[in-house]
Order: sequence, then structure tokens, then C-alpha cells
Amino acid sequence: MSPALLGLVTIVVGVGGCLGYFYLSNLFLDKVLFPARGPNAGRNINRANMVRPWLFLGPGIVALGLYLGYPVFETLRLSLTDRTQDDAFVGLANYQQMFAEPKFWEAMRNNMLWLIVVPAASTAFGLLAAQLTDRIKWGSIAKSLIFMPMAISFVGASVIFKLVYDARPAGNEQIGILNAVWMQFDGGFGSILFLKLAPVLILAAFAAIVAYVGWLLLRPILGGKDNFALKALRAVSGLVSLYFAMIALRNIFDIIGMDFPYGQPQTWLTLPFYNNFFLMVVLIWIQTGFAMVILSAALRGIPEETVEAAIVDGANPFQIFFKIKVPQIMPTIVVVWTTITLVVLKVFDIVFAMTNGQWETQVLANYMYDKLFRANDWGVGSASAIIIMLLVSPILIWNVVQARKEMR
Amino acid sequence: MDNIAGRKSGLSWAVNLSVVLLVTLWLFPTVGLLVSSFRTADQIAASGWWKALFPSEQVVQLRTGGAEAATQEGDLWVVEGNLLEEAEEGPEPGTEITRFGVSSKAVDAYAVGEVASFTKDTKTFTMDAAGNYRFTSTKELKKRGQRVFITATLPPEFTLANYDQVLLSGNSNDSMTKAFLNTLTVTIPATIIPIVIAAFAAYALAWMEFPGRALLIAAVVGLLVVPLQLALIPLLKLHLNIGIGKGYLGVWLAHTGFGLPLAIYLLRNYMSGLPRDIIENAKVDGATDFQIFTKIILPLSFPALASFAIFQFLWTWNDLLVAKVFLIDSTGNTTVMTNQIVELLGTRGGNWEILATAAFVSISVPLLVFFAMQRYLVRGLLAGSVK
Repeated sequence: MSPALLGLVTIVVGVGGCLGYFYLSNLFLDKVLFPARGPNAGRNINRANMVRPWLFLGPGIVALGLYLGYPVFETLRLSLTDRTQDDAFVGLANYQQMFAEPKFWEAMRNNMLWLIVVPAASTAFGLLAAQLTDRIKWGSIAKSLIFMPMAISFVGASVIFKLVYDARPAGNEQIGILNAVWMQFDGGFGSILFLKLAPVLILAAFAAIVAYVGWLLLRPILGGKDNFALKALRAVSGLVSLYFAMIALRNIFDIIGMDFPYGQPQTWLTLPFYNNFFLMVVLIWIQTGFAMVILSAALRGIPEETVEAAIVDGANPFQIFFKIKVPQIMPTIVVVWTTITLVVLKVFDIVFAMTNGQWETQVLANYMYDKLFRANDWGVGSASAIIIMLLVSPILIWNVVQARKEMR
Repeated sequence: MDNIAGRKSGLSWAVNLSVVLLVTLWLFPTVGLLVSSFRTADQIAASGWWKALFPSEQVVQLRTGGAEAATQEGDLWVVEGNLLEEAEEGPEPGTEITRFGVSSKAVDAYAVGEVASFTKDTKTFTMDAAGNYRFTSTKELKKRGQRVFITATLPPEFTLANYDQVLLSGNSNDSMTKAFLNTLTVTIPATIIPIVIAAFAAYALAWMEFPGRALLIAAVVGLLVVPLQLALIPLLKLHLNIGIGKGYLGVWLAHTGFGLPLAIYLLRNYMSGLPRDIIENAKVDGATDFQIFTKIILPLSFPALASFAIFQFLWTWNDLLVAKVFLIDSTGNTTVMTNQIVELLGTRGGNWEILATAAFVSISVPLLVFFAMQRYLVRGLLAGSVK
């Protein structure tokens, strides 16, 4: 049978089957099992209403349980067994093996980089785009164009950016825009301005912001009002922030001291460490539109009185934005941030299509795919899937808690 | 908002300028791919795509007439004519030629009017700016004419040949037709089936009272973020064990399972916002739950159904991982477009004309859906994230 026909049959059978199931099971319940007449009509109606929700939920629960619930436990089990020894229980041996692999730590390091850079950059760009487009006439067109990459597949985006990063040997015409721009730099004044001064300023601003956040987190510890757990959390996150500030400062010195290979085309995707950022650009490009749309709706939901009051009090546009608007949409920013974090943790296609984890660009999801389907090592593959699950679970718990709070 | 207090912001031009900059930056990569898909391989290799939009100086290879066009003048065989008029394709006659060359190693060695020398010294070649040439040789000429490279400023030129190659040629490596149909076959059932299942479940979670409802909703919210990577091996094992194997049925089921949490979540949020009165009135009038669901809830929930349908469509159309694991077997007959593009990246990484066209064919459908149904997509995003 041709696949298209098979598809059609499946749609008819699937949809018809579902509808038929719901219709017939309800009919059976109301007419045969607990008919709403005779001496027990009242009791029967109540009983039928107790059963009915489960008829409606049945297929959904089965599908969810089978396709998402069961795999979590099965993967956990697989990660503790060895396929080559007839699925014998091997304890944490798979994890030990995985932790001993440098490629795993490379993937972990890159994933952490992705986790910091992509949500931060997407949210920042999205906030910027939302704020700017809300103030102009053709804002909705601009929004729709920035939002457009959302519809493009990761694979399509990878091809698009491979063209951007394309490199030709020196002397030939460059057809990748990045190299074409790069070849314009010759070490003169412009190069110093754009390649030394600008990155140093950006890094310095980043370091300052992170250090300030760290200080805000650490300062209340001395006050001594919080309980111990909160203090510990503050200490850890504060110290992590300070660590990032330190890294940023160290990179400033690196950039100042670096000799750029002017006039030589660069194969951007093979530059260790920096190529990660060139891959991240693809995801940032896609996710910014998402952040923009949601943040723009949140910005519009801000009560106008607060902004008016600020204007009357003489606040300038920057103060209005950072001191009035941003604090009011903080919950939305958190939601956007966590949503993008989830996307980042599962990112696979971009790395798979562009570098396949070569040149130190491995990430967890691609590492897992490598282990499962190339090395056929289900134990270690499942173990790395569990690591992804562990990284996701704080967000999972937070979401569930949030949802339960809402329902009360 | 700044002019509320009767003051127009002086930053207005700066805002406009930054938005133009931002939009350009965001569009630039995609436009590059689109433009490249309309250029020939030679054009792509010769200049960046951003130059294709303007007239540019290009080098074109042409040929003089061959042996049959030659006349004999004493010891010399001579071919005379006009390169541009004789050529079947290439620059229009009347184009001004600035330089020429007779060897691929030095394509612009001579200015027009100069006489080109050959290594064997038996031939001469000269031409003017209009393409009129004179080619002489002391030996009898070969059947094919002499190669000549001309440099001229040419207007932008685009071709549909790449699309012809990718869509219609039937070439087994490049043709996307089969992959396109396969993708469609995966996408449509994988979009429709979860909607039906989720709609019933969402109705139960929104409007029916039963013990454990809160727990189930919490479970759905939790499953929303479970990475599908966890499901790959256990489900593949399951499919192989129960005989589905790798194929369409497996990928439909997998997409249904993975799409359900979002579907239930979105639809439940929307349905629980519907007015209680309508539903209670219908109940008083003796409607069963099934009737209420099909006659009242479903039509009213159309916006939410549409948003989820778009999400699921985009997600299944653009998916690579699920198709690779559950669908594509070693015969490769069931390949989808994303997978074929990745393979093209490996085998034809340098053939940008094919790659760009193939990629554009694959992203054109989602883009169409996106621009046509953007309203619903935005609404769905807002319902799914903002709390």
C-alpha cells in the first residue's frame, strides 16, 4: 500500500476509531450498564457520572503513560543494566564509564555554556525587540519578521547558517557573509574599534551586571534573617555569578592580548571553543522571536498608570523601562527563560547537522544519540538521557508546584 | 507611551533605525539562502549572494567558432565573428567587455584591443569591447573553437534550474519529491490524532468532577517538560517487540504521545475559561456530556484547537530525531526532508545550489503556514506560557 493511502486510512481509522470509541462507550454506559431509568435511575446516573471521566481520559492516559511515563522508568532501568551481559544489573557501572569519558565532560561543559548564553541572549534580544517594536507604526510587520525563524526547522536553520559561516581559501571570493566581513578587517583603526574595543566593552558590561547580581545575592547573608537553606542557596548562586564575572574579566585580557589572523579566511565551525558560540547563534536566532512575542504581550499588560506616574515624576525612558516595566514583567521573563532552557537541554538537530559534535562542540543530546545509535551502547546512552532528565527536573518540579498553586 | 504626558520622544528616529537594523539582521541569513537557490553553481561560487542583486563584474567562458567557421588567408586559418552573438547562452549582445583571457589560469590577462599570445606561439587572438574577435592559427583548427574568458559587468541573473533539479528531475540523490510526500504522510495523521484524543481528555479535566483530577493535571504539567530523548530506546524496543517496527505507524504513535501533554494542557486551559452558564444550561436541558462536548465545547474551542494544530504541524514537519529513530530504516525509502538535507550536507556539502534549494523547499511549507495562521500561533504561545 502506498504510504499516502496508508496515511489516509490511518487518519480515518484513528479519528473515526477515537470518535467511535467515545460515542459507543458513552452509549454503553448510559443505556446498558447504568441506564437512567427503572428503580435505580438516580443511583445509576451518579454511577455513570463517576465512570464517565475515565472514559474521556482513557486514551489520553494510556498514550501518556506508555509514551512518556513508562520510558522514564525503563530508561532508568536500562541505565543500570548492561545489554551485552543479557541485561544484567550492573549498578552504576554505566555512569562510571560515562564519567570517565572526556567527551561526556566536553558535552557537559558545552551544555552549561548553552544553558547560560542562549536563554540569556534570546530573552535579552526578545525584550529589546518587544520594547522597540511596540513603539513604532510598522511594529507588527517587524515582529512578524523577527518571529519568522520559529517556523524554520533546526535543520533548515543549520543550512542557512552554514552558508553564513562558509569559508573559501584565501584569494578566492568569499561567499559566506561572515568571512566576507572578516576579510574587511586589516588590523587598522576599524579593526581595533570593532574587534577589540566593542567586545571588551560588552564583556565588561556583562561582568559588571553579573558581579552586581552576585553582590545582591550575597549581601543579605550578612543580615542573618533568612533560614539556613535560603542562605546556602544565595551563597551558591552568588558565588557562581562572581565566578562568571571573573571568567568574563579574564577573557577581556585574552582579547586585548590576542593577535587576530587578519586577512585569512576562518573556518568558523572548527575553531575550538568559539565554534560553540557560532552554533548557539542559530538557536538564539530562532528563539528570540518566541521571547519577543511573549514579552511584548506582557509589556502591553502593564497598567498604564504606573508608567504615567513615572513620567509625571520625571523618569527618563531608560528608567521607565528598567525600573517600572521590567520588574512588573519579571514572572513572564522567568517563564520565557525556563521555556528556552528546556529547548536548549534537548538541542540536537543543530549540532548534529552542523558539526556532529566534532571540534569540541558535543552536547548531551547529541552525545546520547551517538551512544545509542552509533556505538549501540544502550547503558551509557540511557545514563546520559537520565542526566538530561536530572537537569530538567528542577524546572519540572517548579512547574508542577506553580500549577498546583494556581488551581487552589 | 512616552507622549502620554504630551511629550514626543526624541528617541523616535533611533528606535526606528534600531528596529530596521534588527529586522535586517534577522532576515539576512534566510534571504541569503533564498537568493542562492535561484543562482547557478558557478554564480554562487564566483560571488557572494548579496552581490547577485546588483549588476556585477563577472567572468564568463565562451567559445570562438570551430574548424567549420574558419577561412584560409594564405598560410593562416582565420575565424572571425562576434562572441556574444554566437553564444547560445551568456551575456546579451551589446554588453561591454572590459578584459579577456584565453587560459583559465589568467582569465583577465588582456585589455580589449590587445593581442593574446599562446604558449605554442602558433595562434593569435584579439577582440574588441563589443565582442568582435579575430582568431588566427598557422595550423588547421580543431573542431571545437578556442576557449575565451571575458570580463564584463552583467545584470543580475536568476534561474529556476535548481528547483527543476530538486523537484522534477527524479535524480535519486537530489530529488526531494519523495521526501516531501513522506514528510506530508508523517505530518498530517500526527497532527490530527493527538487533537482528537487530547480534546476529550481536556474536557474531562476542565469540566468533570472526579477524584484525582488535580493530580492528573499536575502530571500533565510535569510530562510537558520530560525530554523525549528518554523515550527513544524504550519505545523503539516496544515497537520492535509488538511488531510495529520502524515505519509510519510507529512515528505517528510517537508523535501523538509526545504531542499530547501540550495538547491537553493548552486545550484544558482554554476550555476551563469557557462560560460555565452555557454548559450548565445544556445540562439542565438534558444534554449528555458527549453532546455538550461535540456540540458546544468543540466549536467554541476552535482557536485553541487551531493553535495546537499549528504547533504540532510545525513540530512534526521540522522534526529530525523522532523520524530518524522511529521511521527511517536502512532502505531509506521512508526518508523525510530534514533527514535528506542532513545527508545532502554530508555528501554535497559544497553544492550550495542544491542544498539551498532543498532547504528552501523544506522550509517553505512551514513558512506559508506560519504567515497564514500567525494569529493562532501567537495566541497558543501566550496561552501555553504566560501564567
